[in-house]
Amino acid sequence: MTVALSGSEIAKQVEKKFPGSVVESTADSLLVKADSLLEIASYLKTTAGLDFDYLTAITAVDYHDCFEVVYQLTSLKHNHSLVVKTRCYNRDNPTLPSVVGLWRGADFQEREIYDLMGISFEGHPNLKRIVLWEGFEGHPLRKDFL
Amino acid sequence: MEVEEVYSSSELDRKEGKAINELIARSQEPIPDPDQWLDEELKRNILLTSVDALIDWGRRSSMWPVVCFPACCAFEFIATSVSRFDIDRFGMGIIRASPRQADLMITAGTLTWKMAPQVKRIYDQMAEPKWVIAMGACAISGGIFRSSYSVVPGYNRIIPVDVYVPGCPPRPEALIYGIRMLHKKISKMSIAAKGK
Repeated sequence: MTVALSGSEIAKQVEKKFPGSVVESTADSLLVKADSLLEIASYLKTTAGLDFDYLTAITAVDYHDCFEVVYQLTSLKHNHSLVVKTRCYNRDNPTLPSVVGLWRGADFQEREIYDLMGISFEGHPNLKRIVLWEGFEGHPLRKDFL
Repeated sequence: MEVEEVYSSSELDRKEGKAINELIARSQEPIPDPDQWLDEELKRNILLTSVDALIDWGRRSSMWPVVCFPACCAFEFIATSVSRFDIDRFGMGIIRASPRQADLMITAGTLTWKMAPQVKRIYDQMAEPKWVIAMGACAISGGIFRSSYSVVPGYNRIIPVDVYVPGCPPRPEALIYGIRMLHKKISKMSIAAKGK
């Protein structure tokens, strides 16, 4: 079975490599700063021993004061997994770096989050609505949609 | 990045979005059910001619349904169409992928606004005379998704519906009852009355 790696353990490694990039970490996940998301993602993907070569899912949560985007990573090589989160506090124009360059599977999922949550992913090659149609007003999964 | 070439043009999305928004704008009210003539006919007490009787018999005895199964009611329709309930008994066993060859649309499932222009196009492509059975709660009123931002609150917003079959989903028996009701309706039609 896939082993879920401890967020706190990985956080130590990440913090050593990129000081000040981890906001908090628990046994289940680690929360990183949005600015350093891309370099941490790249580090998790390419470092020997971690090798997170597969992006299982990206989801987004609306916590009213911020959006939290959750990356579920898996390593097919080592059969282990990790949950990485990041937060976006700008509600009017939320922006995060795109991870499509690292994992192609992020393409549609980032578009879905853009569509339903309204978070823009910088560097996405084709960021447009995927589920709803062009010209739809608003982002329905936001808590303040209705 | 050369992979960008795999993406479709955003011009297509804009055209699609425009078509959908226009359809929503002109579909705010339900289309009246095409059955006013039923009462008139009875009031005027017109007897059907034997030509009408023959043609109506022909029409109702081989109604071919078109493929329009956007959601879960499709499975009850499939159950209805295969051996256990067997709508081939009514000459309906041939489910056409081409709307040109179909007489009946059984709208088995939730319809989203994004899908609505395609369903309307399929209906428009069907040759007259044509009928629609709204199957299930979603087809009648949008069902539990009625207040959703993306669901059509009933097929009668975009196409006229002849028979409504309630249920979530309706049992095959219920659908067959609806089909029998449509048969009765067709048997009252007169070819002299233009349209329906």
